[in-house]
Amino acid sequence: MTDITKLTIHETLDELKKKNFSVTELTKAYLKNIDQAERYNAYITVCAERALEQAKTADQNYAKGTPRPLEGIPLGIKDLFCTKDIRTTAASHMLGNFVPPYESTVTEKLLNDGAVFLGKLNLDEFAMGGSNETSAFGPVVNPWSKDVDLVPGGSSGGSAAAVAAHLCAGATGTDTGGSIREPAAFCGCSGIKPTYGRCSRYGIIAFASSLDQAGPIAQDVTDCALLLESMSGYDAKDSTSYPTDVPNFVRFLHEDIKGLVVGMPKEYRPEGLNPEVAAYWDKTAEMLRARGAIVKEISLPHTQYALATYYVLAPAEASSNLARYDGIRYGYRASGDCHLDELYIKTRTQGFGAEVKRRIMIGTYVLSAGYYDAYYLKAQKMRRLIHDDFMKAFEQCDVILTPTSPITAFPIGDKEMLKNPINMYLNDVFTVSVNLAGLPAMSLPIGLAANGLPLGMQLIGKPFDEGTILNVAAKIEEDAGFERL
Amino acid sequence: MWRQKSKKMPVLKGYKMSEYVIETPKGKWEVIVGLEIHCQIISQSKIFSGASTEFGDDPNVNVSFVDAGMPGMLPTLNEHCVFQAVKTGLGLQAKINKYSEFSRKNYFYADMPTDYQITQFRYPIVGEGKVKIDLSDGSEKDIRIERMHIEQDAGKSIHDLSPTKSYIDLNRAGIGLMEIVTKPDFRAPEEAGAFLRKLRSILRYLKTCDGNMDEGSMRCDVNVSVRPFGTDELRTRCEMKNVNSVKFVMQAIENEAKRQIEQYENGLTVEQETRQFDPSTGQTKVMRKKEFAHDYRYFPEPDLPPLILSDEFIEKVRQDMVELPDAKKKRFIETLGLTAYDAMVICENQETADFFEKAAQGHDAKKVANWMMGDFFAMLNKKKCDIQNSPVSAENLGALVELISKDVISGKIAKDVFEIMSETGENPEKIVEEKGLKQVTDTSEIEKIIDQVIA
Repeated sequence: MTDITKLTIHETLDELKKKNFSVTELTKAYLKNIDQAERYNAYITVCAERALEQAKTADQNYAKGTPRPLEGIPLGIKDLFCTKDIRTTAASHMLGNFVPPYESTVTEKLLNDGAVFLGKLNLDEFAMGGSNETSAFGPVVNPWSKDVDLVPGGSSGGSAAAVAAHLCAGATGTDTGGSIREPAAFCGCSGIKPTYGRCSRYGIIAFASSLDQAGPIAQDVTDCALLLESMSGYDAKDSTSYPTDVPNFVRFLHEDIKGLVVGMPKEYRPEGLNPEVAAYWDKTAEMLRARGAIVKEISLPHTQYALATYYVLAPAEASSNLARYDGIRYGYRASGDCHLDELYIKTRTQGFGAEVKRRIMIGTYVLSAGYYDAYYLKAQKMRRLIHDDFMKAFEQCDVILTPTSPITAFPIGDKEMLKNPINMYLNDVFTVSVNLAGLPAMSLPIGLAANGLPLGMQLIGKPFDEGTILNVAAKIEEDAGFERL
Repeated sequence: MWRQKSKKMPVLKGYKMSEYVIETPKGKWEVIVGLEIHCQIISQSKIFSGASTEFGDDPNVNVSFVDAGMPGMLPTLNEHCVFQAVKTGLGLQAKINKYSEFSRKNYFYADMPTDYQITQFRYPIVGEGKVKIDLSDGSEKDIRIERMHIEQDAGKSIHDLSPTKSYIDLNRAGIGLMEIVTKPDFRAPEEAGAFLRKLRSILRYLKTCDGNMDEGSMRCDVNVSVRPFGTDELRTRCEMKNVNSVKFVMQAIENEAKRQIEQYENGLTVEQETRQFDPSTGQTKVMRKKEFAHDYRYFPEPDLPPLILSDEFIEKVRQDMVELPDAKKKRFIETLGLTAYDAMVICENQETADFFEKAAQGHDAKKVANWMMGDFFAMLNKKKCDIQNSPVSAENLGALVELISKDVISGKIAKDVFEIMSETGENPEKIVEEKGLKQVTDTSEIEKIIDQVIA
């Protein structure tokens, strides 16, 4: 028999229904993979016992003939989702021993649909980073690495690495400026960030509240559709979640794309764009054209301001969201008797890593009296213009096609990247606009660059039109024939 | 050296009779005061969580994960608090803003679990309004309301249980507050006092805040500045935080005004600062200088969408409005013939007004009011009794007045009857009957008695 951990989720569900193997066997196989793949450092916490208990229940449900939609599917959970009675760290020393007494809405939905949780996945500290190098639990290694250890991308680096290396059947991620799509692209996985408001943020440790969205990372487009359907839905506990029905996303995958208009924004082809990336982009457009889609150039004129806008707004919200980690009520507290202000300073100095501190300082600065108008307010106005760009573009097209990242995975500790934080931020150039506009977007692998590493394509859709994205992605997936690890 | 004059000052343009002028050997000064009042919203649960708002429970029992600022927790707006705020806005004759927004006010403190307060900044739920105050000389004055917004309360820090530790009680954290900000319209301590009493009366009529300053459900910040009398300049103001009774507010204004005048007259300046009122001395002292003022870094709360009120919602609140003290007072004066003063006192709280109306039903309302203002209130005071628990019921007080009106008993006898009523709770007819206290007004009856006596 072939390695059952290499199956996709939809294949696994078929096999489980046919009783070709049990959930317990499957879970054990994944746990074994996790054991043997410690070098990737994908997991912060593995919940073997608990997973096997959940597997037992799942097996019983199959025996009774009453399996739920994701019955027995072993998942990894980004360690930013609060999981009841399971340590949840946000990859920060600050929450190193934090065990939430509550479950996030998204993970609760997955549990209710029968998923098995293998453990909690590594990430950039508080999801701030694009390489998974800011984790207090050490960097994650990209399973595509050959001679040199490469980054998996970030912040959902553990999620993408675990999916690529078959350390889970699928994973949850969160995406504030590309944190699902970039690691998915770097690790040859598929990942979708749904429309802002599609998934509840309740119980997800906040980075930038107006940009954060949960979504899945999985092996293929169909798996993304299956997981997204389970994770989505209005939640009264999150006032920014949107009261709309969750469609059957898998059904979209089989629709025709004839006559569908695909836009390619000219601003996403700056001078000096990596020619390999440009070539794959054009090749993808060709595939869609061959299937009867109409491909046309569109314009998103404010694209050049997106990164600056993002790196004002996201840190501003983060500086406020992370204020609560002060050592008073839970989490890390600096030792020694001292005055309240001193306790705050010591706790936060010791508890946070360098990148988190940098963003808290940027955010505090841009909200300060005298700077608010010049930075925060201006960025808010630009955010509106970027949003309007997309709305105008969607008057002319149904979906937008762009590369996910201008580069492939780079080595851990890369000097160029570490020399200046801006170099790292530049990797987000194709992904942040989507979060600013609150739109759904997906990354899927398109092929390998000359260096043998995966490249991803991004599809951006209209608000709450994840269905069209998934449909187009399924066609590209079929034509690209990307070979997973 | 300090001499305060009132009423006798010449009336300047635009000023009313209640002028309060502080006169020193060097000149005349007037005081400019604005108030900010935090009022706890009456609601079963907190403004952004489902936790209970019960006062006086054991520490930290009414705390949800949201109130404790746990990671990943999100606020959700309590609709009833919005209802109460709109109702209060209508009671303040204020503009209800159909669009309002929540903001975060960022500062670190141990009893503020998220280290930011969710409040309203640029777009408050209630705009400009006004409150009519009644002054002791019988005049009235409108105090303009600048705005009212809703926000969450902080927890309590308890510093006096241990010499080395502070304790935190989060029961109060997240309780809904309405912050009412007035324009700087007060020119005398008395006006501020009258305003607070009127505001409390309105809030209690509306049942949107219980107005208990001693329990902290209504807390007042006082902004004071002074200027030479007759000028219209606005000088630097000082803010006094959490002054916790009407008396203290008046005292704080008086003493702070004197302090500022002394500064100016000694050639010094007044610095913008936050000061603390010490109830034991009546003086104020520096709490925070301007250079240490917080930079609150306000920005729109991303966890809550803008609050948009529909016309239907506002109409629903309007349907729930009650007759407020001013309207009631006017009606009592115009249709029941009460004096302005009696009407004001009787209308100050709803229970008294309701009692009065019940007692006056079918009887001489003016006489009922007289009785209430005199023997009745004196009796309640003596017995330290709420009007709700009065041994003399409204019906019986009305019946007593009726007996006087019909000359069944004299006013003098009535006092004795009332005395018995307040001890026994019995109705006056019964008392008069049993004790044979009926006044004889039939002259033939009297003549008969005279004949008997002479014979």
